[in-house]
Amino acid sequence: MELKLPIYLDNNATTPMDPRVLETMLPYFVEKFGNAASRNHSFGWVAEEAVDYSREQVAKLINADPKEIIFTSGATEADNLALKGVYEMYATKGNHIITCTTEHKAVLDTCKHIEKTGGQVTYLNVKADGLIDLNELEKAITEKTILISIMYGNNETGVIQPVQEISKIARKHGVLFFTDATQAVGKIPVDVNADGIDLMAFSAHKMYGPKGVGALYVRRKNPRVKVTSQMDGGGHERGMRSGTLNVPGIVGLGKACEICMQEMDTEAKRLSKMRDRLEVSLMEMEETYVNGSREHRLPHTANISFKYVEGEGLMMGFNKNIALSSGSACTSASLEPSYVLKALGLGDDLAHSSLRFGLGRFTTDEQIDFTIDAIKNTVNKLREMSPLWEMFKEGVDINAIEWEHH
Amino acid sequence: MAYSDKVIDHYSNPKNVGTLDKSKTNVGTGLVGAPECGDVMRLQIEVDEESGLISDAKFKTFGCGSAIASSSLATEWLKGKTVDQALAIDNMDIVEELALPPVKIHCSVLAEDAIKAAINDYRVKNGLPELVAEKKAH
Repeated sequence: MELKLPIYLDNNATTPMDPRVLETMLPYFVEKFGNAASRNHSFGWVAEEAVDYSREQVAKLINADPKEIIFTSGATEADNLALKGVYEMYATKGNHIITCTTEHKAVLDTCKHIEKTGGQVTYLNVKADGLIDLNELEKAITEKTILISIMYGNNETGVIQPVQEISKIARKHGVLFFTDATQAVGKIPVDVNADGIDLMAFSAHKMYGPKGVGALYVRRKNPRVKVTSQMDGGGHERGMRSGTLNVPGIVGLGKACEICMQEMDTEAKRLSKMRDRLEVSLMEMEETYVNGSREHRLPHTANISFKYVEGEGLMMGFNKNIALSSGSACTSASLEPSYVLKALGLGDDLAHSSLRFGLGRFTTDEQIDFTIDAIKNTVNKLREMSPLWEMFKEGVDINAIEWEHH
Repeated sequence: MAYSDKVIDHYSNPKNVGTLDKSKTNVGTGLVGAPECGDVMRLQIEVDEESGLISDAKFKTFGCGSAIASSSLATEWLKGKTVDQALAIDNMDIVEELALPPVKIHCSVLAEDAIKAAINDYRVKNGLPELVAEKKAH
């Protein structure tokens, strides 16, 4: 097969939509355009039926009851609804939330907002492998703690947190457990009952569905969880999220979940094999490091630092042909290197030198071969050009130099 | 962010990558930036003692494409200039030549700093007082 360029290896940012998902959505734009809340005519019934079916498909993937699925505009909204909604609903019980420093900004910034309105938030550090310390988690719980918010799989490193152990601790102390599972749902088995999850956010566009739609799982039994709505209006979604339902999007999310459920086992095996091959080949180069736990990790993600070369400069060597992300400062709006990698204890220099590989359903072995060659060539070329590499090779201690900081 | 053709050209075919013998008295070395900031530039000049002209210039840079291009361009400009002429190279000349966007201006400032640092090293080695350059914001 001829290799088509450019190659997309940024599936943790977003995934292309599966054509099967698009096909399922299409009738719901023009032909079946009804409002799912229109109770009195067939246009509404058709839309409602489609939404109900989708709710079942979504629920099935995570072993939930369809009534426990609240459709949202995406994971960011679901994160906001879970955190702010629990904070407001359980205000009489307490005002303390526990989260960790490597969470997605949708969680961290929402927690910052909650702090401004009088809430208390504990940000747990992670260990060098990216995992939280369960003892620290338990120690952080106070009488005022109402919620633990720890993500399932990290978007930058792919590190999977010990969700079942976290939920056991939460249960023991009568605290709710919310997880942002945007990167995990559809990729690895996620079972809200086996995992003891009370609330869970996820999104369609990370699992080959459309952008602009996601869901919040809200447990209805043992315990019955409620969240205060953050969007007021017509009382849709059991009053927790008003707003006319995005029927085509929801249909797409449902179909995406169904496909993931059918293909997850084979797909996870295929991707982890490719990812490992990519990683092993790149690790043949000196001074190359995998960031985060390699054991507790999503099958499609690798985060690798190539010491003594800078991430943006590195990407420039192949970004016409390969789409990737870097933890380098230069590629972020803030001009700060990745806070996730820094939380793992990486120095700024290693964070600047990192690339994130996000493989996906449409990644092929040929693409991985091409990527391995392109990256090796660029790393070698840039190291020849790097004063730091020269110093390293000459045995100069780079940390002993007094660098001029800007 | 799209790079200008000139940045891409310097990145793909960098001019004057390499190392001069820093123990020689007619070689000045400037090492600026910091690994934590994501850019380190090392720029070296070799001065022909008879003519007073910069006969060779080399660089090695750890950084983004714009940082590599800024230092590559700087070495091209340095060759054939007197030390005084070299001192007159302004970072904005580099910005203009490479069409650097505002977020990349610091790369040009770093290149100018590297030129000045290399010249100072050369001056100190040759018994001349160190020049104190005005500090530009990075």
